[in-house]
Amino acid sequence: MSSPTTTKTEPFVGRRIRRQEDPRLITGTATYVDDIKKPGMLYFAVLRSPYPAAKIKSIDASKALELPGVRAVYTGKDAASVGPVPCAGSMPTLRVPHHTILATDRVYYVGHPVAAAVASDRYIAQDAVARIEVDYEPLDEVAADPEAALGKDSPRVHPEYPDNVAFTYHQEGGDVEKAFAEADVTVSQRFVVPRLAPSPMETRGVVAEYDEGAKELTIYSSTQIPHLLKTQLALQLNMPEHHVRVIAPEVGGGFGSKCNVWAEEALAGLIAMQVKKPVKWIETRRESIMVVAHGRGHITHVELAAKNDGTLLGMKLNIIQDIGGHHQLLTPIIPTLAVLMLPGLYKFRSFTADLTGVFTNRAPTDLYRGAGRPEATYVIERIVDIMADKLGMDPAELRRKNFPAPGDFPFQSATGLTYDSGDYAKVMDLALERVGYQNFLDEQRQARQDGRLLGIGLSTYGEICAFGPSPATPAGGWESATIHVEATGKVSIMTGISPHGQGEETAFSQMAADRFGIAMDDVVVIHGDTAKVHYGIGTFGSRGIAIGGTAVHLAMEDVVNKGIRFAAHLMEAEPEEVTFENGVFSGPGGKTTTFQEVALEAHLCRKLPPGTEPGLSATRFYEPANFAFPFGAHIVIAEVDRETGEIKLLRYVAIDDIGNVINPLLVDGQLHGGIAQGLGPALLEEVVYSEDGQMLTGTFMDYAIPKAKHMPWIESDRTVTPAPGNPLGAKGVGEAGTIGSLPAIVNAVVDALSPLGIQHIDIPMTPQRVWKAIQERSQA
Amino acid sequence: MQKTIQVNVNGREYERTVEPRLLLVHFLREDLGLTGTHIGCESSVCGACTVLLEGRAVKSCTVLAVQANGKKIETIEGLARNGDLHAVQEGFWNEHGLQCGFCTPGMILSVCQLLADNPSPTKDEIRHGIEGNLCRCTGYQHIVNAVEAAAKAKAGGA
Repeated sequence: MSSPTTTKTEPFVGRRIRRQEDPRLITGTATYVDDIKKPGMLYFAVLRSPYPAAKIKSIDASKALELPGVRAVYTGKDAASVGPVPCAGSMPTLRVPHHTILATDRVYYVGHPVAAAVASDRYIAQDAVARIEVDYEPLDEVAADPEAALGKDSPRVHPEYPDNVAFTYHQEGGDVEKAFAEADVTVSQRFVVPRLAPSPMETRGVVAEYDEGAKELTIYSSTQIPHLLKTQLALQLNMPEHHVRVIAPEVGGGFGSKCNVWAEEALAGLIAMQVKKPVKWIETRRESIMVVAHGRGHITHVELAAKNDGTLLGMKLNIIQDIGGHHQLLTPIIPTLAVLMLPGLYKFRSFTADLTGVFTNRAPTDLYRGAGRPEATYVIERIVDIMADKLGMDPAELRRKNFPAPGDFPFQSATGLTYDSGDYAKVMDLALERVGYQNFLDEQRQARQDGRLLGIGLSTYGEICAFGPSPATPAGGWESATIHVEATGKVSIMTGISPHGQGEETAFSQMAADRFGIAMDDVVVIHGDTAKVHYGIGTFGSRGIAIGGTAVHLAMEDVVNKGIRFAAHLMEAEPEEVTFENGVFSGPGGKTTTFQEVALEAHLCRKLPPGTEPGLSATRFYEPANFAFPFGAHIVIAEVDRETGEIKLLRYVAIDDIGNVINPLLVDGQLHGGIAQGLGPALLEEVVYSEDGQMLTGTFMDYAIPKAKHMPWIESDRTVTPAPGNPLGAKGVGEAGTIGSLPAIVNAVVDALSPLGIQHIDIPMTPQRVWKAIQERSQA
Repeated sequence: MQKTIQVNVNGREYERTVEPRLLLVHFLREDLGLTGTHIGCESSVCGACTVLLEGRAVKSCTVLAVQANGKKIETIEGLARNGDLHAVQEGFWNEHGLQCGFCTPGMILSVCQLLADNPSPTKDEIRHGIEGNLCRCTGYQHIVNAVEAAAKAKAGGA
């Protein structure tokens, strides 16, 4: 159980402390976008294409406009002044189709926004949308499948290009032909990670308000990146950036899906400015599943080469990324992250990967929790198990043989990344010990004799996070923090990250309470408003603590140093003679003064030290030199019901190393939630399109996200290998669970099924799919 | 066509005139300004909109406001009394049973009914009891802990 935040008896950092955020969230007093109400506010709803590919011949809005309460209808023509939805990809071969906020002459996927109806309430806006008449000319040929879309005769999604290739990307290292020539054993497999709907419980939503006097547009959006959104909205709406303010109020989950710049955000701004009323748009769940950029959509053909003794030599990869109808912000970048992480935690040097992004008549894909790393880890951790099976080696021993040793760090991976620190065998051994590996193998032998399908699966994952060095990120990878000590000694921290459930209000309060010797309740953490926090990048890529927290740390040090100058001046001493600990400045001759007294003096400036400016405030920026590389070992024990194909996860052991930890309670929460989002695609989740491009999983009845009953009890623990790259020693935890869990679950199920000769089963491993595989084998 | 309804929400009487098609969740949020009840799926799957109607948990996105006429409703705003949190709220806070908080009000009200029906549920019974409420953040483990803690606190007379 967590400790309440009372008086300070020991450092707050490192303790399981319940959150500062929670009182508003558990009493229903938090303000999410849909809770915002402005005087005279209108609502809009979006009309979306029912066709995966069609020409728009005409749009007739007259019947909608006749409806009482309807104020306007917007079509692509009305939004022609708005700039395109941005894509940050920049590889030389990249094709970026013009992406207007509303379709103009053509739609590219089911759900493509076509028009918007503005009305006095949301019911009337929906009624109006139903009355807009669009004359479509549906195209007979649809590029609905990413592999087929690469075929020579495939219909083209974008007729202006000769084929459906969105980009190609190649990476290699070592000598892969030599590695395969020298190999004793090679294995290969095709792996598909289906499209996933990120599905934060709060859908997207926007409120836009235009102040004509100040010429200021305020956009309240459920976003992870208010500052980046502000810049992009200014560009899209052709407005001076300092007249745009973005506020991310309480945000009900994101998982990457709100780390984007969405058509509806600029559309809301346009409508608010033209209709001269505040306007609100709240996405329906159906829209969310249909169009919020799907994660994954990743097909890999992999070959792995090894010596008989288990030494891995090299890897060949051919990857297809389903792009969808057009790009969103980071669409083409995500699969390149997968390529970078495909060597996993192993030492082999020879590597070649060919990646092709392919346009399809489906919704765009983009980042979703893990963003490329779950795809990579799934492939490497599955193919290593397949290799172990072929070599007749224990999967743990094969991994151990190929891990870099703790003394090998910083370790250069086959794709040129520098893994900062690690002890991979240690997490694996701890996980094996916790699960009781040898005892389990005995139990499994007995179970198999009894005809039970019992399996164990191991995944040793690594991830790249703490995004990141600016030259390696598309829009800046630094972070900012401003700390202002009020005249009364209360502390405000303005952070450029934009948390939406992670709990940095608590984590940063713990840090500041320790450093300044104050109560956690004396600290407030302000985020998500570009008028209150002037600089920032946002919350994504497991960067909140490692990057945002380091900026806070640096600003705290500046505040302390400035406080020391004030304290020294008050004591008529030199700054070098003054120390600061537990909220007290101590000088020569036993003189002391408190943090609060210094804060007041720094504000009143009755005795301003020479060369020092008033106030106890500091702003710092942190630019990381490298990413951070957390790692871990997850082990699953699974049993398959031979009669029904149903999978039961009997145990789940997770040992993770995310560097130093500020609040273990919050870290456990991140891991549990992350694991659930790996279990989803392992067992339940898949966005399904029909052959003709219709979406078949448009509600939570068809798109199954895990419920409480699906989750096993997670037995978790940690090792601590501090990150050498930042003063906090923190790596990042937001995505670790999602990355580690998927292959562990699949490896366990495949192990359970292995007595039947089953070597692989595609995800999600639904009872139907498992049952079919069992039947095929039983009849063979 | 409009219809006048009377409801008792969190112990307070309200009389309002509404459209027959108005959903209870929109009535609570828009007409009464009680925005603690959230809308997650509009199709009674996710449970974010759960409120207690005559003491039973219902998904207010699939109840019409007119169906609540003459009835007693409890929402998240009514749980704390005189500034003291309800045992279930305390449980969620202490055990980190929430992250983004969007599913939390509905989840808490479902747990209220679960504990009313079964004051000391097992872990499996808790998981079954909250099956109608989706959470995308927590993986449910801390929610299970929160419910156990709340059950214990209630049994201890807290």
